[in-house]
Amino acid sequence: MTAELVRGQNHPLGHTRVEVRIMAGGPVVAGVTLGDEQGRLPGAEAVAHPGAPSRSGVDVPRDAAAEQRMAMDLEAVPAAVHRVSVLLALPTGAAGPAGFGAAAAPSVAVTGLDGTGIATYTLTGLGAETAVVAIELYRRQGAWKVRAVGQGYAGGLAALLHDQGLGAPQAAELAAVIEEAVGAGRAAAAPAPSAVRKGAARGERRSGRPEGDVPPVRDTPSGQAAPAALGAASPDVLAKDRSSPGDGPAAGTPGPAGGPIDYRHPKRSSAPVSPGVQPPPAAAPGAPPGQDGPPAPVAGDAAGWSMDERLYNQVWGMFEDLARTVAAYRSAVDFADSRREQELDAVLADPRNRLGSAAGTARAAARDRHAQLVDRARAALDRDLAQLAAESDVVEPALPPAYAAWSSPVWQGYHAPLERPMALRLGDLHLPEATGLRIPMLVRLPLERGLWIDSGGAVALREGHDPEREFARRELGSALTDGPVDEAERRRLAMNTAVAIAARLLAVHPAGEFAVQVIDPGGTAAPALAPLLETGSLCAAPAAGAAGVAAVLETLTRRVDLVQMAVRSRAADALPADLDTAEQLLIVHDFPHGFDDRAVTQLRYLADEGPAVGVHLMMVADRAQAREFGPVLDPLWRALLRITPVPDAHLADPWVGHAWTYEPPLAPRGSQVVRHALGRLAEARRS
Amino acid sequence: MSVNLSKGQGISLAKSDGGTLTAVRMGLGWRSAPRRGLFGRRTREIDLDASAVLFADKNPIDVVFFRHLISDDGSVRHTGDNLVGGVGQGGDDEAILVDLARVPVHIDQIVFTVNSFTGQTFAEVEDAFCRLVDETNGQELARYTLTGGGDYTAQIMSKVHRAGSGWQMTAIGEPSNGRTFQDVVPAILPHL
Repeated sequence: MTAELVRGQNHPLGHTRVEVRIMAGGPVVAGVTLGDEQGRLPGAEAVAHPGAPSRSGVDVPRDAAAEQRMAMDLEAVPAAVHRVSVLLALPTGAAGPAGFGAAAAPSVAVTGLDGTGIATYTLTGLGAETAVVAIELYRRQGAWKVRAVGQGYAGGLAALLHDQGLGAPQAAELAAVIEEAVGAGRAAAAPAPSAVRKGAARGERRSGRPEGDVPPVRDTPSGQAAPAALGAASPDVLAKDRSSPGDGPAAGTPGPAGGPIDYRHPKRSSAPVSPGVQPPPAAAPGAPPGQDGPPAPVAGDAAGWSMDERLYNQVWGMFEDLARTVAAYRSAVDFADSRREQELDAVLADPRNRLGSAAGTARAAARDRHAQLVDRARAALDRDLAQLAAESDVVEPALPPAYAAWSSPVWQGYHAPLERPMALRLGDLHLPEATGLRIPMLVRLPLERGLWIDSGGAVALREGHDPEREFARRELGSALTDGPVDEAERRRLAMNTAVAIAARLLAVHPAGEFAVQVIDPGGTAAPALAPLLETGSLCAAPAAGAAGVAAVLETLTRRVDLVQMAVRSRAADALPADLDTAEQLLIVHDFPHGFDDRAVTQLRYLADEGPAVGVHLMMVADRAQAREFGPVLDPLWRALLRITPVPDAHLADPWVGHAWTYEPPLAPRGSQVVRHALGRLAEARRS
Repeated sequence: MSVNLSKGQGISLAKSDGGTLTAVRMGLGWRSAPRRGLFGRRTREIDLDASAVLFADKNPIDVVFFRHLISDDGSVRHTGDNLVGGVGQGGDDEAILVDLARVPVHIDQIVFTVNSFTGQTFAEVEDAFCRLVDETNGQELARYTLTGGGDYTAQIMSKVHRAGSGWQMTAIGEPSNGRTFQDVVPAILPHL
């Protein structure tokens, strides 16, 4: 089965004779470097490129083309070579795109000589880079494996070769040779003699070096490399190679008249991921892959149609794994506890133990057995936690903004998205057994339930040293003092949480497809709302006073009712023109002050019927105060998902029902990331 | 190698190459009842259920059966309830997968049982069998033929238990009666 690799992932080859196929959106130059264990090149002779296409074990095409095939016989590669890197570069001619980001993402497939797929890899996320190390084949304990690398170089081939250990002048020289060879190769393939001159001229202009300096371009004997015994060893390899220069140009080079196609979105100012904030390679390059024990974790290592879906499934997989491994640990500890109790009871009940030291020995034995079992359970838990922590370290930096914490670099490079994401990170979850391991709490969009941010005092902070509180004190600063959080502070935090979630919802939806309204009868939420107000993210000023509350609820109720009718009778075009069809979030602050019975009934209606037609409710209220309304509000309370503005263990997972501690998605203290993101979104809305 | 086990026979789950078993599957298969009545609505469907009970020192800790398909720790998984049976050609209609390496440290025995949920005795069910398979290579470790097993509605099939650092399997093959594993638990206890 063909493995679809993501960046950093590796896969066993299983063959030593393989074919590498490259499919790109435009003509690309393909080459191969033969590096030692550290990936360093001994010199220019370790590079197979269009100017010197045959090295021992490796044959590369002589021309730039959109489809490239190269044959490799890894048994024929010199023993000193440990890493065979396949590199792609854009020809620097006038017709070429300015960077890999401007064309469709190139993909690389590794197959056996009989065409059976081994692995494929699509190089996504490239921007202005003009050269890239696509994959590498490397020796690992006597066998060959393939790894998806995807390391791009904005400085082109010269930078790439320099990075692989060639001196800067040597790298630049080799890069020039390669470009010249590509130009000449293209010229040779062209039918008209005039094209030869054009090609040569192009090569001259690019390199700016006298012709004589350049080694003969075509029919370069492979003598300067290690003696090439490939012809004898695998004639079929060569046969395949011979066919490639022929079909390469025909398939690949787009007509000069057509010009390059720019795949970038016309309204977006730069590539989707600006180069400065690219997620780091999924696995640290220095990490020893494929050793005994669990394989190195890789971001996106789950099933799914898109990277978003794969990451979503991976995060949920980590969530389930953590729930289950902690369940195993807790079950073992419970059992050890109950066994110790039974054994101690038995010691007490035995009359022979009333005298002498036998009782003490028996008690010690019971405690030893307890400690042993708990130790083994802890060891198993630690093993699993270490694996999950390693996975989390890889996954967190790879998460797109909707899944990432505010502190993630992807938010610094935020652009208004073009599509609604699958899910949203509502906060973080953790268990007391692993306070360092935080699982993103991803909920599907559109939200199926509204939210109730409980500003009440249900949070009973424990006395003494408590890692939960340590965390809270560190992250929330003045929010938590040593005493219980006072009421005003909790209210402020609750509104901050509401604003952080609302800002997130706004930012992950395409501009104009999500609207936020606020009901703030007392006008007390203004300081917390500042980021939304200053960036013009609210569709109307916060509704104040009883009249404002009634007006907003009336409008939304009407909207839900109309859209429901339209959906039921399948008459979406009959909706009145003034109806805003964007998804709506209604933040209700300070409930139940200023709400009459009618308003409460309308809120219940919105909570029940709204989510299906894109109207979501976010209550910021004290559960205890809301009880004053009596049982009328209980259905509303149950219809909403309760979250807390301070870390609190109240969410249960769906598998074993642990109580998970929830932390709200607040931006780091002093960070401007929320304003920054909302500002970018406002720009996108205006343009 | 298909071993038709006799009662009480033990098999070490060490593999021939010296490694120990890491994953086993308990499979259960039977032939569905013949169609009767208009539209087959009145067919007396046969529903056999496979269950696994996890014990720590003779205390049942967790059960994997059709209402709880994955043990809390995730090491034992039921692939789903089959209510009618299959074609009776030897394929598993229900299966329970055990990842022995992930079984929590305090669990020392896992007992597999079969129950007839719809009440037919094994004498009435055709081509019914249960078996234990090495999940890593598909090799069958043990097989019981349930059909013709007499007037019983349940069978305590076998147990895998810790032995040293690895696992061992012991055949139990004790017939019993009951609709679900709960009816069988008292009969299991003497075999622990």
